[in-house]
Amino acid sequence: MGKSDIHKKIFAVLAFSSLVFLIGITIVLFKEGLPIFRIVKPLNFLFGKYWYPTYDPPDFGILPLILGSLWVTAGALLVCVPLGIGSALYLNELAGPKQRAFLKPAIEILASIPSIVFGFFGMVVVAPFLQKLLNIPVGLTAFTGSLILGVMATPTVCSIAEDALSFVPKSFREASFAVGANRWQTLVKVTLPAAGSGISTAVILGMSRAVGETMTVLMVCGGAAVIPKSFFEPVRPMTATIAAEMGEAVTGSPHFQALFAIGMILFLVTLVFNIAAEIISRRFRLKLGLGR
Amino acid sequence: MESELKIRLETVNFFYGKQQALKDISFEVYKNKVTAVIGPSGCGKSTLIRLFNRMNELIPNTRLEGKIRLDRQNIYEPQVDVVELRRRVGMVFQKPNPFPKSIFENVSYGLAVNGIKDRDYLAEKVERSLKDAALWKEVSGRLYKSALALSGGQQQRLCIARALAVEPEVILFDEPCSALDPTATLKIEELIQRLKEKYTIIIVTHNMQQAARISDQTAFLMLGELIEYDLTNKIFTSPSKKITEDYITGRFG
Repeated sequence: MGKSDIHKKIFAVLAFSSLVFLIGITIVLFKEGLPIFRIVKPLNFLFGKYWYPTYDPPDFGILPLILGSLWVTAGALLVCVPLGIGSALYLNELAGPKQRAFLKPAIEILASIPSIVFGFFGMVVVAPFLQKLLNIPVGLTAFTGSLILGVMATPTVCSIAEDALSFVPKSFREASFAVGANRWQTLVKVTLPAAGSGISTAVILGMSRAVGETMTVLMVCGGAAVIPKSFFEPVRPMTATIAAEMGEAVTGSPHFQALFAIGMILFLVTLVFNIAAEIISRRFRLKLGLGR
Repeated sequence: MESELKIRLETVNFFYGKQQALKDISFEVYKNKVTAVIGPSGCGKSTLIRLFNRMNELIPNTRLEGKIRLDRQNIYEPQVDVVELRRRVGMVFQKPNPFPKSIFENVSYGLAVNGIKDRDYLAEKVERSLKDAALWKEVSGRLYKSALALSGGQQQRLCIARALAVEPEVILFDEPCSALDPTATLKIEELIQRLKEKYTIIIVTHNMQQAARISDQTAFLMLGELIEYDLTNKIFTSPSKKITEDYITGRFG
């Protein structure tokens, strides 16, 4: 066996190891999670209104947790989509080289701040501020979580949207200007539609980021496992539930299994998001004639 | 035959930052003629042609001195509406650049951004423009299919149709055949010959045979300077400068 053969094999093993991890994690998740459905029916699990895992008898309805995730994610989207796409448009269409030179790294640094720092900032600064400003009983609410999470997801949305915009060939813009379109028309009728699927990918991945985020929502969302009636109430998203309760759940108990089942659902949701993003972005590259 | 003046350059200088790309260029472009601009790579041909529709303004840090008159009006005067100018002076680019939209939308784009919404009128203009661009027969059955499914030569004729739809007076061609095969090139050349009956045409080309075949006037540019400008016949048979002769006989370039 030649030396290059050995090298090839080593790298192949390294490359396939992530596949192994993926499969391993999936198996463990399902093996530990699925048995809960012997105790609760899947529909009752998904749509049950009460999450009292430690009561006797316990209630394993995760609807409040799903809604918690949904509210916070939807709120985060309201923040990160305009912010992210707006900054991508600014960076790509309007900013001069100087503004770009410091804005781009600044946005990237925002992405590298650990989530616990965001959570801490949310707890100590944003929550008390909102509590006073809006005159609500607690500051740790779905709204607070949405704001912080939205800011956290902004760099993801911005950098992917910016890539999508910069992939739009300059020649499209020139062609548009050459028949007498102005800047705004060119942006709305040519650049944005051409970058459209790339921008949708950005939004979906931002969403995926928001759904999966744990530490921040654990710290700033308030943690009440009840169905929220408004944005300004505490919620407990799925991720926060797992993080908060896994430590006290007895291994192999129904509570433990239920937490794994929540993990399964999260896994499936983000999987769907990521596959959708991949399909759309592949179509985008084909549409612009960039091949795969 | 008396030729009518359409565009006149008066001592034009052009700079990218501090670097001068065009030096003291003056010449005249006549109505319903094909004017070719030839010269070695980097001589400023593309820079020059992009002055006629102020396309160079999209590049930051550029500066122009001198005057370019279109029907006597200096197009670089502040009161000139650049959008209006670009409707009068259309452009076809080096690489075919149809939008990732349908054939119909591509051709009607210039009218649509102009605020025209009347479907019948748009359909009529699209058909007329595609016919003028010698593309109608090939695409009439699939107007609502993506323009990107067309071949390179068809895409370039589509881009010509897109330029024609807004009824320009002048059409600029920036090396329109450099990405096309010989058959497609021939079609575009025939088309340009026919288009000059209605339009004034300026074409940049790297291909001297092409200039000789299709143009009435030829400008030879080198290192940003206009070396010689004359009737194409004259330039290609008895150029007055040695360097022009060296270039067209292929001694450099």
